[in-house]
Amino acid sequence: MIRLEKRATPSKQWSLAAPLLAVALTMIAGGIMFAALGKDPLEAIRIIFWDPIFGEFASYSRPQLLVKAGPLILIAIGLSLGFRAGIWNIGAEGQYIMGAIFGAATGLAFYPAELWIIFPLMVIAGAIGGTLWAMIPAILKTKFNTNEILTSLMLVYVAQEILKSMANGLLKNPEGHGFPGSRNLAHYPATSNPELIVGTGAHWGVMAAIVAVIAAYILLSRHILGFQIRLTGESPRAARFASVRPNRLIVICMGISGGLAGLAGLFEVTGPAGQITDKFNVGYGFTAIIVAFLGRLHPVGILLAGLLMALTYIGGELAQLQMSIPAAAIQAFQGMLLFFLLAMDVLTNFKIKFGTEAA
Amino acid sequence: MSEAQKAPILLHLDGLTKAYPGVVANDNVGFKIHEGEVHALLGENGAGKSTLVKMIYGLVKPDSGTMTLRGQAYEPAEPRAARADGIAMVFQHFSLFDALNVAENIALGMEKPPKQSELARRIKDVSEEYGLPLDPSAVVGNLSAGERQRVEIIRCLLQDPKLLIMDEPTSVLTPQEVEILFQTLRQLSAEGTAILYISHKLEEIRSLCDEATVLRLGKVVGNCTPREKSARELAEMMVGEVLHVPERAVKDLGEIVLAIDNLSIASANPFGTSLKNVSLEVRAGEILGIGGVAGNGQDELLAAISGEAKTSHGAVTVKGTSVGELTPNERRKLAILAAPEERLGHAAAPDMSLVENALLTGAVRKNLTSSGFVDWGATRDFAREIIKDFDVRTPGSANAARSLSGGNLQKFVVGREVLQDPDVLVVNQPTWGVDASAAAAIRQSLLDLAAKGAAIIVISQDLDELMEISDRFAALNEGALSDARPAQGLTVDEIGLMMGGAHGMEVAHSHHNEGEPA
Repeated sequence: MIRLEKRATPSKQWSLAAPLLAVALTMIAGGIMFAALGKDPLEAIRIIFWDPIFGEFASYSRPQLLVKAGPLILIAIGLSLGFRAGIWNIGAEGQYIMGAIFGAATGLAFYPAELWIIFPLMVIAGAIGGTLWAMIPAILKTKFNTNEILTSLMLVYVAQEILKSMANGLLKNPEGHGFPGSRNLAHYPATSNPELIVGTGAHWGVMAAIVAVIAAYILLSRHILGFQIRLTGESPRAARFASVRPNRLIVICMGISGGLAGLAGLFEVTGPAGQITDKFNVGYGFTAIIVAFLGRLHPVGILLAGLLMALTYIGGELAQLQMSIPAAAIQAFQGMLLFFLLAMDVLTNFKIKFGTEAA
Repeated sequence: MSEAQKAPILLHLDGLTKAYPGVVANDNVGFKIHEGEVHALLGENGAGKSTLVKMIYGLVKPDSGTMTLRGQAYEPAEPRAARADGIAMVFQHFSLFDALNVAENIALGMEKPPKQSELARRIKDVSEEYGLPLDPSAVVGNLSAGERQRVEIIRCLLQDPKLLIMDEPTSVLTPQEVEILFQTLRQLSAEGTAILYISHKLEEIRSLCDEATVLRLGKVVGNCTPREKSARELAEMMVGEVLHVPERAVKDLGEIVLAIDNLSIASANPFGTSLKNVSLEVRAGEILGIGGVAGNGQDELLAAISGEAKTSHGAVTVKGTSVGELTPNERRKLAILAAPEERLGHAAAPDMSLVENALLTGAVRKNLTSSGFVDWGATRDFAREIIKDFDVRTPGSANAARSLSGGNLQKFVVGREVLQDPDVLVVNQPTWGVDASAAAAIRQSLLDLAAKGAAIIVISQDLDELMEISDRFAALNEGALSDARPAQGLTVDEIGLMMGGAHGMEVAHSHHNEGEPA
């Protein structure tokens, strides 16, 4: 019989080894699945994990890695702070949309001026847009004790409706021949968020993500606010004893996560997406929740998890194209990765013992 | 009960051994319980009493050794099997649902519960027969701790047990309630039910029990007839060493430091107890002991002093300044410190290291942060200082709080506050679950702190502890605080009455005796 025994303190070695083991197990289980579909498993795994970075067409796919990982990491870092404190912002997708709308609207208001100040103003507006949208569930929670999971999630759908209305109304390109969607912000130097280092995909959003990772790491490990966030998540009563004001923490955490999601939206709309359209959002806000948990709510973990997630998306697309593996199989493969990562987490907190137990 | 000696053997334990990773909880434990005997199982926390009774009750399977019940091999696979063989147990922590009534709670524990009306009638019969008045339709959430315990006892008695195991039953009772319980237990014993009575309260055991088995570190270290030993002899058998009695310096009391004036606040917890018109004063150098059964407003009183609960202006003053509006950290700045009862999850965060837990309350007074950034080096030094000065047994300051034993974590929690030089310190249950020598060390540290001029409130359910260290004694009962009286010379009866007497249950046995032909 196999049984689990709780460790007195979480194992450092296993917390590092578990993700590697999980990736290995995913390759084995996924390989079996691909073989059952009649595809060469080794080739499929090579296409998913290797080709996007080192393969024949890597010059196309490599920049995509950072383009996709950037917003995921930026949003996930913000979410992880709240999640650590037991504050569940599920509506980053909505805050991402609102950040993009606020930022784009600011830029478009200056059109066709060419001033260096416009882009920084847009960045600030994007952060404000996301923060304000997150303040709605935050204030509802602090004033009326509503459940922020529900309110933040429902506000995503409101944001999507606002997005549709903006793309077809206020922000619609007057020279767009009636097509929905705003002017393309990427086409004007004052409002564009260009690739900063050619061939890497790194735009300002990727830089912001890296800064966010470092700042979150310092906040959580060195600053008293980070300590209060961790303490509140672990034991709310001890946190109150340590003078933490729960409502203040809710506002701070929701504000930071909303602001970072808004920034991600702004960098997306000025860069890779270029314009506000009704299909502008592609679910980064939701995927970032998975990224946050895959990274164990730790800034460095989130950095790696965001890159890994982006890799499987890009590699998955390549595998669909090159080997005509069905999209469902790719999703199952991504699901396996998530499953094994979370399952391996058990090893960090528990010892596996073989043999019989009397009790 | 001399005939109990000659009564046939009910349960014979032989060579029971049970090991857990890193500790042998029971090592070759053996003794006999006769029918109708009240048998004490005596030992400190961690001596292996709980593991032993869990084996008897089928919750834990022994690694080796045998149990014989009425001459038959007895190997209960689960509590249900133990109950079928006539063994019942009243746990220290009750398993009752607050929202259900007494009869519904009892029905939940039965294999085949009878109809509610039939069950209510049986509950009434049993409760009257044994002098434990209880209304079957009362909602458990409204019952006192003593009444809840009766629900558990009656649940057991309905099974007509041959052996009743009671784990620390008096820790939630006032002295008067204890006396009622003892009358019930004596009656059961006279009818032939054996009782295995677990406790570390020596006077109780001397007055109630026929036989005692003393456990220390998992081994049987002695058998005796408790009436023939003094409490001190029993204590030394239990601890295995000569006990150090804390010393009290003769001292002059200073001016009033902490004053609470007519404080009434609602509890933050829906099942908590609101404080009603509480007034008290503590002088510099004085220890005020506050007794009372748990759940009578102890947590709420601590919260009002620590700052977790805000109070109206002037209700709580320190050296004449109103502090009721201040947050816990603002009060810490003024040297007002607290150590709550619940170690894991209130006084300390379970999964955080001892260093982080040192920061939890030490940040302000020990200057562990500068412009918001934590000085981990200084925090580590502070944690190590606590570990060293209070003899906290742990491999290191990086270990998580939950990896420490209850007693060691308690030393850490109390030490953390004492080492911050408080002017006002309030501690709730300072030695709960702590072994005797560590408890003596904690009490000594509180006495030393008072000698340096701190005003201290010790909230405890251990009356012996309060009598040992307090200058004055008061009791909390349903959120109201009695007048404080000098602790020296108080009798057990007086203390019991301050704690609310038997909560209106005094008549139980006298009434019963009248109705019963002699």
